[in-house]
Amino acid sequence: MPGNNYKQIVFLSGKGGTGKTTMAFAVSSLIKDKVLIDCDVDAANLYLLVDPVSQREYQFSGGKKAFIQKEKCNECGLCETLCRFGAIKNFTVDFLNCEGCGFCARACPSEAILFEKNISGSYFDCRLDDKTGFYYARLFPGEGNSGKLVSEIKKKAKESINGSVKYVFIDGPPGIGCPVNASIAETDFVVLVTEPSLSGVHDLKRLIQLLQRFNLKFGVIINKHDLNPGLTSEIELYLQNEKLPLLGKYPFDKRIAESIKKKIPVTEINKEYKIVSENVLNRLENYLAESKKQKLMEQ
Amino acid sequence: MIISIASGKGGTGKTTVAASMASVLNCSVYIDCDVEEPNGHLMLKPEFKNEETVYKLLPKIDYNKCNLCGRCVDVCEFNALINIKFEIVIIEELCHSCGACSYFCPGKAITEVEKEIGVVRSGMFNGNSFFFDGLLRVGEVSAVPLIKKVKEKTSTKNITIIDSPPGTSCSMVETVKDSDYCVLVTESSPFGLSDLKLAVGVLKTINIPFGVIINKYSENFPDTEKYLKEENIRLLLKIPFDREIAENYSKGILPVELSEKLKEEFLSVLNEIRVEVESTGINAG
Repeated sequence: MPGNNYKQIVFLSGKGGTGKTTMAFAVSSLIKDKVLIDCDVDAANLYLLVDPVSQREYQFSGGKKAFIQKEKCNECGLCETLCRFGAIKNFTVDFLNCEGCGFCARACPSEAILFEKNISGSYFDCRLDDKTGFYYARLFPGEGNSGKLVSEIKKKAKESINGSVKYVFIDGPPGIGCPVNASIAETDFVVLVTEPSLSGVHDLKRLIQLLQRFNLKFGVIINKHDLNPGLTSEIELYLQNEKLPLLGKYPFDKRIAESIKKKIPVTEINKEYKIVSENVLNRLENYLAESKKQKLMEQ
Repeated sequence: MIISIASGKGGTGKTTVAASMASVLNCSVYIDCDVEEPNGHLMLKPEFKNEETVYKLLPKIDYNKCNLCGRCVDVCEFNALINIKFEIVIIEELCHSCGACSYFCPGKAITEVEKEIGVVRSGMFNGNSFFFDGLLRVGEVSAVPLIKKVKEKTSTKNITIIDSPPGTSCSMVETVKDSDYCVLVTESSPFGLSDLKLAVGVLKTINIPFGVIINKYSENFPDTEKYLKEENIRLLLKIPFDREIAENYSKGILPVELSEKLKEEFLSVLNEIRVEVESTGINAG
């Protein structure tokens, strides 16, 4: 496998709506040999910007669900007693609550409970008009196991990577839970997109704690920095004190919504965005080169 | 009455809307179910009074009784148990606490022990309103057990406002599923609209009445209103895209604190919701 010549970059934010997708699109649009993966499987948005020309759909099964066969059930009620998720009432399984543990099916004395694979979403293997690989997914409403779907879509994307690909850009999900953990697996660098709001900073710090547990390299983008200059300086000071790299600062711009509508990178609407994005990319490349050097020295 | 506030997309203004509703009401209950990244406390600034630790159950194997038969491994649907010949390894993050392993263990070698997954914090704001939120421990991957715990704070007497995590998966459904009404918050952008449609899909599936608030509203993006009209979905409120609102939000100031007009609008939205809930009689549960 020529494989690991590429670098995997993940965009995360903790808080939603800070600009992960916009930034991932802006920065990645400056590079040619890349693969794009949208790992926000709950609410994918990147496909709205990149316009895939072809796509192949794959089904995803997050797990199994229980189903009680009325004709075999003798209504002993054991399943209802055993189920920890309150998913069984009146000898019927509520699919939304069923965790897929199979406890009931295994315990049922009259073998009345079927326990079968459940299709909980699909993912798409797409090509853009310049042949760039693009992957995204759609989890069906209310389904769980989004972490598994993230892992599956990443695996699919990597199967198609050839030697010329330099970067895999991943648009990550919000939060700090299971899909985020699956997104940062095997990653080389995490770009944290934050904003100078109390909640943006609060969520950034929780996410940093998570990344530090995994010993991951990361840098920070402050989006909408001019909305609260005081808090922006506080974030900068915090990053300085913690010796964490600041990758760039983007101004607040109402025209972003328009750029999304027109499917063009914000870098083409706002000149400052282009300059900042180029700087972000340069810094990113420097950090990656540095960490490669460090690894070689350690060996 | 329980009103949940949700959105597919993050950052559309769920917390701003939920906190605004909770703060314009007298004697309300606010519950933040976004346990991965709770922010409601930053806006409502409650005086925290209490913190309860929340646990999940994990299997513990007594090797005096275990003969490594591997039955527990077979019945674990989540691959949380691995038999490495001389020991059964437990991968805590994968365990869903279903209890199957201990139930089926022929040697009764498995008991269940508690592991901390987060806390439920409680306090008061605006003098007589109640505040609750859940804070998931960093590194813990499964939010649903903690969401269930925070939701137990729902009041039957007072109006309860529940702030949902973003997305449309299990965490969001767990949060909104027992609500009398759900308010979906979207924003004037293609991202906002795309994710709104997904969230509408969830609410139709689980059969919860809902309406929409368009936040960061801009006339340049009429698509959202067109969609709502076509689908016959009630538009509850439009909050303009305003730099001042964004600036104040960044400082933890709610827009209703500065605009009497918006405060009145929120009160009338709440009233509209109450009328709809009472007329459909869903309130019975």
